[in-house]
Amino acid sequence: MNHVLEVRAVSKSFGANHAVRDVSLNVERGELFALLGPSGCGKTTVLRMIAGFETPDRGDVLLDGKQIAQLKPYERNVSTVFQNYALFPHLTARQNIEFGLRHKGNAIGDLAARTQKVLELVQMLGKEERFPARLSGGEKQRIALARSLAIEPDLLLLDEPLSALDPKLRKRVRGELKDLQRRVGITFIIVTHDQEEAMAMADRVALMNKGILEQMGTPEAIYLRPKTRFVASFLGSVNWRGEYGVRPEVVRISPTAPRNGARSHRAQIHSSLFLGNCFHVEARLEDGTALTAEIPRQDQTYLPGENVHVWWHPDDEIHLPAAS
Amino acid sequence: MKNRWLAAYAAFAYLFLHVPLLVLTVFSFNASRFTHWEGFSLKWYAVLLEDHRLIEAALNSILIAVAATALATVIGTIAAYGIWKRSAPVLEGSLYTGLVTPEIVTGVSLLALFQGLFHYFNFRLGLHTVILAHVTFSIAYVVIVIQARLKTMDKSLEEAAMDLGATEFGAFRKVTLPVLMPGVIAAALLAFTISFDDYVITSLVSGVDTETLPMVIYTMARKGVSPAVNAMSALIVIGVGALIVAAEKLQQQHT
Ligand SMILES: Nc1ncnc2c1ncn2[C@@H]1O[C@H](COP(=O)(O)OP(=O)(O)OP(=O)(O)O)[C@@H](O)[C@H]1O
Ligand SMILES: [Mg+2]
Repeated sequence: MNHVLEVRAVSKSFGANHAVRDVSLNVERGELFALLGPSGCGKTTVLRMIAGFETPDRGDVLLDGKQIAQLKPYERNVSTVFQNYALFPHLTARQNIEFGLRHKGNAIGDLAARTQKVLELVQMLGKEERFPARLSGGEKQRIALARSLAIEPDLLLLDEPLSALDPKLRKRVRGELKDLQRRVGITFIIVTHDQEEAMAMADRVALMNKGILEQMGTPEAIYLRPKTRFVASFLGSVNWRGEYGVRPEVVRISPTAPRNGARSHRAQIHSSLFLGNCFHVEARLEDGTALTAEIPRQDQTYLPGENVHVWWHPDDEIHLPAAS
Repeated sequence: MKNRWLAAYAAFAYLFLHVPLLVLTVFSFNASRFTHWEGFSLKWYAVLLEDHRLIEAALNSILIAVAATALATVIGTIAAYGIWKRSAPVLEGSLYTGLVTPEIVTGVSLLALFQGLFHYFNFRLGLHTVILAHVTFSIAYVVIVIQARLKTMDKSLEEAAMDLGATEFGAFRKVTLPVLMPGVIAAALLAFTISFDDYVITSLVSGVDTETLPMVIYTMARKGVSPAVNAMSALIVIGVGALIVAAEKLQQQHT
């Protein structure tokens, strides 16, 4: 058994609001796991039940095989990096890090050494005597990370760690965070509503919707083999055509019909936008339906009104029943 | 241009607030007993030292204010924290009612309560009833000041503390309380001031043997203010000023 965390059929309601319903997850030791879903789907609630800030109405939470659902936050070896960092404003960066070490870590002896180590890890050496008010958003996040890493938790929980950063910084920190996770080898669970972020960072992704778990798997698996239309649409755009759908990037366009067994339709170009890395083409099919295609820059360019053939390989079709 | 007006306005407001205190302090060093300057003298301070009634009243006022402030600050801080943790609309509402009730009503009702109680227990009105009364009416002020501070406090700070291994009490003591401290100090200063200069309620519940400074000054003022009162007031202004400066210094240590 290599699951560091198992969540079994957990439910949580706030009054009449069923925030989380029958969610089961298993997280493997050392992996970076993403909890993904639209706003209000219950991601934070799941995270807070793992951290101990909420108690599930039903279901089990097992850390290293031990039931922890009813334990207080200070009784479980889990740590959270809060969305707003929650640094203690009356303590310096160093004292913030030492806070956890004094209470949870059993490392009073080499307090200074441990603090030094995590400061180095997040590249914040030299700023440890500052109060949080004198740190930038990115620096606060590093200290919050260091503070959690210092107590060497079995599990590190991060709620929307990138959402407070400006977009330029976000992509860089994404890489740094993943890098850091590999180096320290601690299991990370990241909550995000950005599917690109989840796909880029995570070893495995759990996608939630309206309090239930839709699908769990590697980014490739859930992108290529979605189990519901919600999953397929949330992870990328899909042209739904009755019983099946095709993603814009598998659609090809050519002046003549292909002779390779592909599914092909006559169509007229409606619009074509140059997006730098590709063209975004809207075509209208003979049967009146619209279709979006993303075609490589190297392909021929098409003008609105041109008559063309659009086609794709049947293998690339996503077959899922409509109403679900 | 706009800034200059603003500065002038600020200066004016400042003067308006502090000139009376300045005049008072200056005249406490006046050789004459009237409001024209005759030369520097400490004689009113000497007169003050001889005035046992004034001195005793001042000591009473200080004792009452210190005791009432300590109690009201502790109770009020805990009440505000409780209301913040789990909303308690009834408790909160009743506190605000206390604030808007006319002092004379509060005073009379406290008097009725004390007399009712003392009918069964062998107690008399005195310092302790004044202290109780002052605690009663200053709690609401303490709660309001602390609540203002709590509103700006991040709810996840306590969660973070527990996440890092502190118990509920540890989180309160090591995180919440230090973060609230400036508010607690401000609340204590306010409670102290309110207690120190209360006249209406105090005179109702103090009984016959206990006098506070406002009561004595009020009685004396009807016969014309003695410059000894000026001297006493100047000492109070300096004392309270020193307290405020000390409190500011304490707060600045953290930021
Ligand atoms: N303490 C609470 N009291 C009442 N309702 C709550 C509470 N916490 C969450 N909810 C409700 O539970 C549902 C799930 O909330 P949750 O915060 O877990 O969503 P989320 O997926 O994290 O959303 P977001 O991406 O916006 O942060 C929402 O409908 C929310 O309003
Ligand atoms: Mg959330």
